Amino acid sequence: MTTETALQTAGTPAFYVTEEEHPHSSTLLGFWIYIMSDTLIFAVLFATFGVLRDRYAGGPTPQEVLEIPTVALNTAMLLISSITCGFAMLEMVRNRKAATLFWLLVTGLFGAAFVGLELREFFGLVAEGAGPQRSAYLSAFFTLVGTHGTHVTIGIIWLITLMVQIARKGLIHENTRRLMCFSMFWHFLDVIWIGVFSVVYLLGVL
Amino acid sequence: MSSDAHATHAADGHHALADAPHGTLKGYLTGFGLAVVLTVIPFWLVMGNVLDNAVATGILIMVFAIVQIVVHMIYFLHLDAHSEGGWNMLALIFTVVLVVIGIVGSLWVMYHLDLNMMPGMMTGHPG
Amino acid sequence: MFSNPDLWKFIFGRLTWQDILPETIVFYTFFVVAAGGIAVLAAITYFRKWGYLWDEWITSIDHKKIGVMYIILGLVMFVRGFSDAIMMRAQQAVAFGANQGYLPPHHYDQIFTAHGVIMIFFAAMPLITGLMNFVVPLQIGARDVAFPFLNNFSFWMTAAGAVIVMISLFLGEFAQTGWLAYPPLSELAYSPGTGVDYYIWGLQVAGLGTLLSGVNLVATIIKMRAPGMSMMKMPVFTWTALCTNILIVAAFPVLTAVLALLTLDRYAGTHFFTNTAGGDQMMYVNLIWIWGHPEVYILILPCFGVYSEVVSTFCGKRLFGYVSMVYATIVITILSYLVWLHHFFTMGSGASVNSFFGITTMIISIPTGAKIFNWLFTMYKGRIRFELPMMWTVAFMLTFVIGGMTGVMLAVPPADFVLHNSLFLIAHFHNVIIGGVLFGIFAAINFWFPKAFGFRLDPFWGKVSFWLWVPGFYLAFMPLYALGLMGITRRLNHFDDPSLQIWFVIAAFGAVMIAGGILAMFVQFGVSIMKREALRDTTGDLWDARTLEWSTSSPPPEYNFAFTPIVYDHDAWWDMKTRGYVRPLEGFRPIHMPRNTGTGAILAGLAVGFAFGMIWYMWWLAALSFAAMVVVAITHTFNYNRDYDIPAETVALKEGERTALLAQHA
Repeated sequence: MTTETALQTAGTPAFYVTEEEHPHSSTLLGFWIYIMSDTLIFAVLFATFGVLRDRYAGGPTPQEVLEIPTVALNTAMLLISSITCGFAMLEMVRNRKAATLFWLLVTGLFGAAFVGLELREFFGLVAEGAGPQRSAYLSAFFTLVGTHGTHVTIGIIWLITLMVQIARKGLIHENTRRLMCFSMFWHFLDVIWIGVFSVVYLLGVL
Repeated sequence: MSSDAHATHAADGHHALADAPHGTLKGYLTGFGLAVVLTVIPFWLVMGNVLDNAVATGILIMVFAIVQIVVHMIYFLHLDAHSEGGWNMLALIFTVVLVVIGIVGSLWVMYHLDLNMMPGMMTGHPG
Repeated sequence: MFSNPDLWKFIFGRLTWQDILPETIVFYTFFVVAAGGIAVLAAITYFRKWGYLWDEWITSIDHKKIGVMYIILGLVMFVRGFSDAIMMRAQQAVAFGANQGYLPPHHYDQIFTAHGVIMIFFAAMPLITGLMNFVVPLQIGARDVAFPFLNNFSFWMTAAGAVIVMISLFLGEFAQTGWLAYPPLSELAYSPGTGVDYYIWGLQVAGLGTLLSGVNLVATIIKMRAPGMSMMKMPVFTWTALCTNILIVAAFPVLTAVLALLTLDRYAGTHFFTNTAGGDQMMYVNLIWIWGHPEVYILILPCFGVYSEVVSTFCGKRLFGYVSMVYATIVITILSYLVWLHHFFTMGSGASVNSFFGITTMIISIPTGAKIFNWLFTMYKGRIRFELPMMWTVAFMLTFVIGGMTGVMLAVPPADFVLHNSLFLIAHFHNVIIGGVLFGIFAAINFWFPKAFGFRLDPFWGKVSFWLWVPGFYLAFMPLYALGLMGITRRLNHFDDPSLQIWFVIAAFGAVMIAGGILAMFVQFGVSIMKREALRDTTGDLWDARTLEWSTSSPPPEYNFAFTPIVYDHDAWWDMKTRGYVRPLEGFRPIHMPRNTGTGAILAGLAVGFAFGMIWYMWWLAALSFAAMVVVAITHTFNYNRDYDIPAETVALKEGERTALLAQHA
């Protein structure tokens, strides 16, 4: 720092900053730390699922209720939405508002497809008597998968809000910072999904 | 806090963004490609019942999951040892350690508790 | 229409007339509290202070004001929690043989549950959070925390949680499950009333505030330190605050998740912890203690930081073993995640598991021991000034060590099989929490009050409080060690063996002394305010202290520092004093500050509405409140006008005032 130019009496070091200050923003670090805390919530849900995974209570087993092809489709939806989110960020860095909004819209649509498919799966399970009240296994299943789906839904609401704000105010610093946080959140949800499809679905039907 | 409004000026837009990690098209496409491969293989192993060994399949699924998570971290989340002065990586490592302790610890503890205290409730029993 | 029961049920959920003021004692309490509350509201109105309160306090995003509000909340709730304690002591002192006492079991159970919940979540947590909030930005040379609005929101959510729990006193009941609400007792089948729901929602609302506060302070300490203040030059209190907030971020999600699972069991009929369909109650105990053990370190670490600051200041010496203090703190942080099973050795996990956790529990006492030695070595050959903060510190060192030793006794699984859930356990944790956390808070209050308000606390009444508290604590809790060794179980409201009574009478006497100590502390506050001119400090550095917060005026200006300090060494202020620092008198620049906002308080108020609706099954209220919270939060994000500049002239004026004050009293 060039603070040595500050008021200085002979031999006394400069004890304070006198020029214009450019403090760094803490938002990205703070948001990352929040994501770490959210990871721990999922860790508890995974641990609970791990403990209760075979408590069928005489009811449906994973082999009976889980449809792997649907999950494959869901996974594709989410993964594609991750890369379209990446494309949106690339456009954002190049300050191209319309292109950014386009890719954000695509991201949101794939995310909505994910949520829609998941809701269809859930309602189907409930209809055939395999709802969360049936057994501890199903309680854990619905809660872990459902919490992830709730996060995606919240992400979509956030995305819509951001799109309105970008449309109105453009890619100002405040908005780009929020977009970077959203992008972290969205990718984090895909990371969690890797855990979900691997542990809940693939390991479940083995 | 004080920096954010200060930097609402368009001139600072690029200044602040330059600090934040962001990807390249090549990076995103590479990550996407890897993720697709790392997803397709586990699904294929299960849907095609490729290996007759459930344990081996299970281990492979977990290995692929961990590798794919790392791919996401690198190519989509741009995590490296330098972002935020190394604090992002440190926070992640700390979190991963706690996740492992929490999950492995819980499974270990609960296995013993259920074994000792819940007769008839062990793995495979329907109820 | 009014006689339509379905409509009534829709509007009021499960709330009926019988739920209002259900117990006689509560009836009278309500009138006292209501009268007091109305008096306060009337006074504020009479003196036309609503505008002032809203503008200067409720909407404030200033970490100093938020810190003060946290401490006020903590002290108020401490009195509530203590009233539960004295009720229990009174009951246990008389309830022998034919005498059933005055508290039937279902009431007594609510009291010990409320006592634990309030003391941990609404007294201790706000008190330490308030301390860290006030002190940390000043100690690192920053102007505020990283996310000032979030800070305001966090405070109001904590306050909202307290309000939710307080409502349970007058409407409905509180949980009768103990402060951790183990299933199956806390499940709907065995606690069908509102008690456990008040517990859940009070904690979830407050817990969200705490978690966000943790994120806030970690980001603040990492990102906002003054230039030159590397990690290994941070004050020890800041180090302990960092580790505490890391623990908060790492532990509170676990609590949130576990309570959410219990909530799903109670509201959605799931089977996580039920008796049927595969639920596993032991999993709840396992998960809740994965949170619970780090929680007690969250409480104690800031206080260890306080003691470090106090010892070095009042011994006039640099803290001995700074590096080992830092490493000890980090080791405690990590190890606190490897000991949780010692809270349920007796649940049946077997020898291998119990041995592992018994060993890790014993290991974790070592870094704390290292800290005690460092404080003692700091005192050795120092010029000790026995001001109140130092007195509390010495009391801590003696008291906490005893509690720590009984902890190591409990860490031995075979011993724990005898002592688990006995009064020995109660004595142990009160020993460490009161001796460690509470004495630390009292030391901190006496130490930093002058910084916050510009005048010191009256030493005489402080000493009265001290000399009532410390012997009172020993009288109240040492008998419990004896009783526990004799096999007496916790949470009992009645005993059959009359030979035990003398111990409980001594304990009750100790509790009365503590009550005197608490009263003396409030007298100290009152007397100090009345005598504030005589107790005034104009230097800003009353104690000739060592860290940066003492370089500011008392109280500091809203912007904390006119110029951001540059740091070269530990004890930065001491370094500045000894190397000829001259306070700048000109060249001031405009300072960028965040605006006040009412959004935090509004969101927290809506959270109370949501919680109330969920507790009483008033689904329309819950849904509307939740929707309103979402709308308010989203609307808030559309406000981009969040900052303003303090003009350079204003800064110059404020600094000029301080210059004059310093010159006057030079």
